[in-house]
Amino acid sequence: MSELFDEVRLGELLRCLRPAPDGWVRAAQELPLARRTLDEIVERAEADLAFREALLADLERALEGAGYEPDERIVVELRRRLSA
Amino acid sequence: MSQLSTLSDAELVQRCREGNTDAWNELVERFSRYVYAVCTRGYRLSEEDADDVFQEVFTRVFTHLDTLRNDAALRPWIAQLTRRLCLDSITKRGREQATEEPMAEELAADLAEIDEAFTVREALATLSDTCQEMLDRFFARDQSYRTISDELDLPSGTVASRIARCLSKLRTELEGRNEPSGPSSG
Repeated sequence: MSELFDEVRLGELLRCLRPAPDGWVRAAQELPLARRTLDEIVERAEADLAFREALLADLERALEGAGYEPDERIVVELRRRLSA
Repeated sequence: MSQLSTLSDAELVQRCREGNTDAWNELVERFSRYVYAVCTRGYRLSEEDADDVFQEVFTRVFTHLDTLRNDAALRPWIAQLTRRLCLDSITKRGREQATEEPMAEELAADLAEIDEAFTVREALATLSDTCQEMLDRFFARDQSYRTISDELDLPSGTVASRIARCLSKLRTELEGRNEPSGPSSG
C-alpha cells in the first residue's frame, strides 16, 4: 500500500476514473422518472381498454398521441409488460 | 460539496429506498465513473456496449435496491453486477463477432487498479470543493494548467501550487485512513 501514497501514483489513480459521458449519467439519473411514467402508462392501459388497444397496435404512435415521449427504454419495457 | 455527497453508502441506499430522487442522483454520480471504468478500461467494451451495460447496471440497482441485504455492501454489489454484465456483453458479442477479450491476468490487474482508484476518489470526496475540482480537472479531465487557469480565472502558478497542495492533502487523508485507530495522544 505504500506506493498508494506516492503522489505520482495518486495522479495515476485519479486518471483511472474519468467521468462517464454526461448523457449516460443523465439517463441513469432519470430512471426513477422513467419508472413512474411507465407505471402510469400501464395503470392507464389497464383502466382504459381503447388506450391499451392503441398501444398494442402502434406503441410509439399511441404514446405520442397520449403526450408521452416514446423513450427507447420505456418502449422496450412497455412492450414487455403489455405482452406479459 | 452537497450534503448527500457526505452520506455513507448505507445512508444513501436508505434515502433512495424512501424515493429521494436527489439521493438516487448522488448514487449514480458516486458510482458512474467506477462502472464506466470497469466497462471500458477493465473489459475494454466498445462505447456502444459499455453504454448498454452502464444503463443496465443502474437499472438493476434501481429495481433491486430493496433486495440488498446489507446496505453498506452497495459497492461490492455494484462491482459484481457490473463485472457480470460486462462478461454477458462479451459473450453475446463473441457470438456475433470476434472481440478482443482482455487476458485474465491483465483484467484482474486492471480491475484491482480501478478498485484502488475508487478508494482514492472516496478520499478525494472528503477534501474541499476547491481541491476536488482542481485534482479532477487536472488528472481525470486532462485539463492543462492553462485551461484551468483560464476557466477559473486564476494565475497558472496558483493552479500548479493548489494542485500540489491538494495532492498532498489527499495523500495525508489516505494515510490517515490506514493508520491504526486508537486513543489520541493529544
